[in-house]
Amino acid sequence: MVGPDEGDVAVAVSPRREWPLALLMLAPSIAVFVVFVFYPLGRTVWLGLYEVDPFGNRYWAGLGQYAEVLSSPAFRGSLWTTVVFTLITVPAGLVAGLALAVLAHRRLRGIAVFRTLFASTVATSVAVASLMWLTMLNPSTGVVNQVLKALGQDPINFLGHPSWALPAVALATVWLHLGFTFIVMSAGLQSVPDELLESARIDGAGPWMRFWHVTVPMLSPTILFALVVLTISAFQSFGQIDLLTQGGPLGHTNVVVYSVFRNVSSNPGVASVQALALFVIVLGLTLVQFRYLERRVFYGS
Amino acid sequence: MAAELVDPRALPPPPSGAHPVRIAGRYGLLVVAAVVVAFPIYVAVAVSIQPSDRLLRFPAVLIPGDLRLDTFERAFTQARLGRYLVNSAVVSLVITAGQLVTSILAAYAFAYLRFPAKRVLFVAFIATLMVPSEVTIVANYETVQRLGWLDSYQGLTVPFLATAFGTFLLRQSFLQVPRDLRDAAALDGYGHWGFLAGVAVPLARPMIAALGVFSFLLSWNQYLWPLLITNDDAYRTVQIGLKALASTNIDQLNVIMAGTVIAALPIFALLVLFQRQLIRGLTSGAVKG
Repeated sequence: MVGPDEGDVAVAVSPRREWPLALLMLAPSIAVFVVFVFYPLGRTVWLGLYEVDPFGNRYWAGLGQYAEVLSSPAFRGSLWTTVVFTLITVPAGLVAGLALAVLAHRRLRGIAVFRTLFASTVATSVAVASLMWLTMLNPSTGVVNQVLKALGQDPINFLGHPSWALPAVALATVWLHLGFTFIVMSAGLQSVPDELLESARIDGAGPWMRFWHVTVPMLSPTILFALVVLTISAFQSFGQIDLLTQGGPLGHTNVVVYSVFRNVSSNPGVASVQALALFVIVLGLTLVQFRYLERRVFYGS
Repeated sequence: MAAELVDPRALPPPPSGAHPVRIAGRYGLLVVAAVVVAFPIYVAVAVSIQPSDRLLRFPAVLIPGDLRLDTFERAFTQARLGRYLVNSAVVSLVITAGQLVTSILAAYAFAYLRFPAKRVLFVAFIATLMVPSEVTIVANYETVQRLGWLDSYQGLTVPFLATAFGTFLLRQSFLQVPRDLRDAAALDGYGHWGFLAGVAVPLARPMIAALGVFSFLLSWNQYLWPLLITNDDAYRTVQIGLKALASTNIDQLNVIMAGTVIAALPIFALLVLFQRQLIRGLTSGAVKG
C-alpha cells in the first residue's frame, strides 16, 4: 500500500491553505462513515450491555450478558454450524474455481463461450441463486428428486432433512461464488508467465509437476486473496439460509448472522453480542490467514 | 491483473504438436464442466417457460415444450414485481451515483491536497473495510428507525453513500496521473476543481467505470439490509420481492422462476455490456453475499 503522503505533490495553484477544500471534499464520506460505521460499532458494544424484556423495556445487564450469550448452547451451536459451513464451502469453492480456471486456460476454438459460462454465476444474486436451488431441490417437483426417482431412489427432502440441509445450502453457496472464484483464479493464471511453464516442460516436468511446482506457487497470492474473501463471505452468509431453510430443520443451518437477524428488533442486546463475536472471529481469522499464509505465498517476479 | 475474461489472445495456445485426442479430451471436460455449472440456470429458464403440469414430467421438463410466457405476466400480477424492479433501479442508481461522487471527492483530497491528520483519516477510511455490515446492523436498524427511515428510500440508500474501497481505488488511479500533467495544468491556471473535472476524472475514467458497475451490482444484489428495514411492499427491492413471490406461490415453481429470471436479467445484461469493467472491479477485491 502506498502511504497517503506520496500524493502530496500538490497542484499548488496558489499557496493558500488547502484544508478547507479537503474538509469539503471529505465531509460527505466522513459523515456517512461516522453515522453508519463508527457510531454503530460503539453503539453495538453499548447495546450488548442491556437486556430487553418482551415489552421493550431496557435493563442494565452489564458484561454478564456477554458472558451469558457467548457461553449459551444456542450461540455455541450457531457458531459451530457456521464453522462447519465455512469448512465445507471454502475448500470446495477454491478447488472448483481453480479447476475451472485451469481447464479453461487454453487458446481453443470456442473457449470464450466456456469462459463466459463459468463466470456466469457472478451475475446471480444470493436471492436468485437460492431460489434456483430451492426449485431444483423441491421435494416433489424438483429436478434433483425427479432424477432420483428415475433412478429408482426414494425422494429426499434435502432442505428439510437434519443431515442434508447444511450440505445442500453449502452446495448452493459454492455455486453462487463459483463465477467470482473462477474470474479471480483466471486473472491470476494469466499472470503466470508461459515461458516458466515452457521451460519446466523442456526440463521434463509432467503436467502434474508443472501444476504443483510452477502454477500453484505463482498463483499463491491469488489463492490467498480468494481464500480470505471466501472465508469472510462464508462467515457472513445469510440470504441463502433465509431463503432455503430459515435456519432449520431444528436449527441445523442456524448460522450466526441468521441468529443476529432474528434478534435485531426483538432482542438487540443479544444480537449485539453475537454480532460483535462474529466480528472479532472474522477479523482474527483474516489476520491469521494473512500472517501465517503470507509467509508461504510467493510474491517474487 | 488482467481485465480480460474472454479474449482468447490472452491465453496460451495448445502446445505445438498436441495430440488431437488430448485436445478432444479437454473439450470433453470443458463440456461436462459447463453443463454442471450452467445447469441451475438452464433449469430456471426451462421451468419458467412451461405450464405447471409439465414440470412433473421427467425428463420432459428438461426439454422445454408447450412454451408459455404467461408465467412472466403472472409474476408481475401475483407480486408487485414491476414496483420492486423500479425500487431496485432507484436504490441502485442512487447508491452508485452517490458512491461515485463521494469517493471521487475523497480520493481527490487524499491524492492532491495537503491537510492535517491526513494519514489518520486515511487509516480510518481503510478501517471501515474491516467492519462488515453484519456487525453494525443492530445499531443501524435503531438509527434508521429513530430517523423514521424504515420503509423509505433514504433508509435503503443513505447508509451506503460512501465507500472506502472506491476511495482507495480512485486515489490509486489519481496518483498515477503523471506529475508533468499536474504541473502543466497548474501553469495553465487550473484550480483544483478545474483539474479534478478536466484532467483527473477523465484520466481515471476506466477505474471510475469499473467502480460504477461494481457498485451497481452490489447494490442491486443486496439482501440483508433491505429485508431488515422494509415491510411495506411499496419499498421492497426486487431481491426481497422474490422472497415474497416465492412464499406466496409455493406451488407455482414456474412463476417463481419467471420472477427470478426477470430479477437476474439486468445483472446479466450488465455482465454482457460491461464485462471488462466488472472483471476489473471484481479482481481488485470484492465480496458478494
